[in-house]
Amino acid sequence: MVRKILSVALCVAVLLFIYSPILLLVVYSFTSANVIGKWEGFSFSLYGDLFRNAEIMQILLNTVVLALVAAALSTLLGTAGAIGIFYSKKRVAAPLRGISQIPVINAEIVTAISLALLFSMVAFYRTYFSLVIGHMVLCTPFVVLSVMPKLKQMDPNIYEAALDLGAGPTTALFKVVIPQIFSGITAGFMLSITLSLDDYIVTAFTKPKTFDTISTYVYNAVKNGTNSSTPALRALSALIFVVMIAAVLILNLRVRKHSAKESAK
Amino acid sequence: MTKLHFSRKQLCIPYALFLLLFVVIPMLMILFYAFTGEGADGSLTFTFSNFAKFFTSTAKLSTLLMSFTIAIISTAICLLIAYPLAYVLARSNWKKKNVLLMIFIMPMWINFVLRITALRELLDLIGLLGTQNYLNTIIGMVYDFLPFMILPLYTTLEKLDKSYLEAAADLGGNKFTVFTRVTFPLSMPGVISGITMVFMPSMTNYVVSDTLSNFNITILGKLIDEYFTTYDNWHMGSMISIILLVIIFLTLLATGGFKEDKNNARGANLW
Repeated sequence: MVRKILSVALCVAVLLFIYSPILLLVVYSFTSANVIGKWEGFSFSLYGDLFRNAEIMQILLNTVVLALVAAALSTLLGTAGAIGIFYSKKRVAAPLRGISQIPVINAEIVTAISLALLFSMVAFYRTYFSLVIGHMVLCTPFVVLSVMPKLKQMDPNIYEAALDLGAGPTTALFKVVIPQIFSGITAGFMLSITLSLDDYIVTAFTKPKTFDTISTYVYNAVKNGTNSSTPALRALSALIFVVMIAAVLILNLRVRKHSAKESAK
Repeated sequence: MTKLHFSRKQLCIPYALFLLLFVVIPMLMILFYAFTGEGADGSLTFTFSNFAKFFTSTAKLSTLLMSFTIAIISTAICLLIAYPLAYVLARSNWKKKNVLLMIFIMPMWINFVLRITALRELLDLIGLLGTQNYLNTIIGMVYDFLPFMILPLYTTLEKLDKSYLEAAADLGGNKFTVFTRVTFPLSMPGVISGITMVFMPSMTNYVVSDTLSNFNITILGKLIDEYFTTYDNWHMGSMISIILLVIIFLTLLATGGFKEDKNNARGANLW
């Protein structure tokens, strides 16, 4: 009994820790006060300000488009890479896997400055190209990590059977291999989107000077002390918190249900 | 048959080129910059002076030490909170315990700059912002990285074969002995995975320390950033990066992090 109470108390305490800042922001997004802690009556005015703020809307669009572009390219490159590595001899596969781990283990600031060095020495420094490459360096290794286990689980005989039944290697790849590793590919894509949306450091070192994502915009607002003069940012944060929590719960519950069904078969 | 295998293998060529261009060469450039300096005429010369300057500068060494301390304390607190929590979650009989886990690791999906800014507002409200810079930074690191400790611990404790625990109990071990002699040692891969995922970011993620200390605390990651953006001394910035890489390497070596199951890496199995 005591143990049960302690367990529940621990869970509640951690949940409070995790969610109290989020809750605070959500609650105070419904009042027009500039500073949190001062309640000036319930209103949607911050949300109105937010959607009328062309600058923030542009930044929101930038962030989403960048995440989609980087995730799509990373998924393509990473899936092909994983398949290639999987079928290569160990002599080729082992170093590729090792190098692929570097951005995963490395501190983000080191990845960021290494790319800044490269682009400033060669070309495309602080362009959309260097920004997308920066995000791909962060995301692609995780696509490889997501796809690889699915390749290992695959029954190699099915591919051979497809060939025996007259399919060309390309057909077999798209009709047999890809469908079997598809859950890994989507997982890699979703993870890439999450990583790209979350990133600050690599973005800060590779982005064009006048381009901002939500991360760089909010960090600079705190740095320049302008975040309290833009209370609409509170509405933006609250909106993102709620949308992400809802999206994650819905998507994950559907994925879990689906995989539960699959394993029940 | 041989032609066919060849074509599947070829799929790794774009990725191999990508890794060479955007991972290997940039890392070599850091190494090159770390061991060169600009001569009086602006030409690059090979030198150990950045290395020597780092280890003779009290300011830089104290940043390193302070950063190390913040990371160790943050990692320890994460472990102390996450282990019992993951244990409770993994052992619960509730049917939907993965939903429960999801609620605890939710922050992994939400932009960390926004979460840390929200935490800043809370710390401001309770009067800690601007007065307790070190405490705030540690609270921030724990707040940001706790889910990365919970997930691998939960995964290992969940997979743990219950029959070992039953056997240990049958053989006369009390609850405490079963935990210290069986459960804990078997959960070590999760502990190591969690430590490697929290320790290094706590030394380098300067968004957390900047936001919560009002830009008063310089951790190692911030120092690298400053040498690139403020002081414009890329050689020293690269040298500090090399020193950081050595620390990462030694941490992995010490914890056996190289051997761990890489699928746990930063929630690679999140979706």
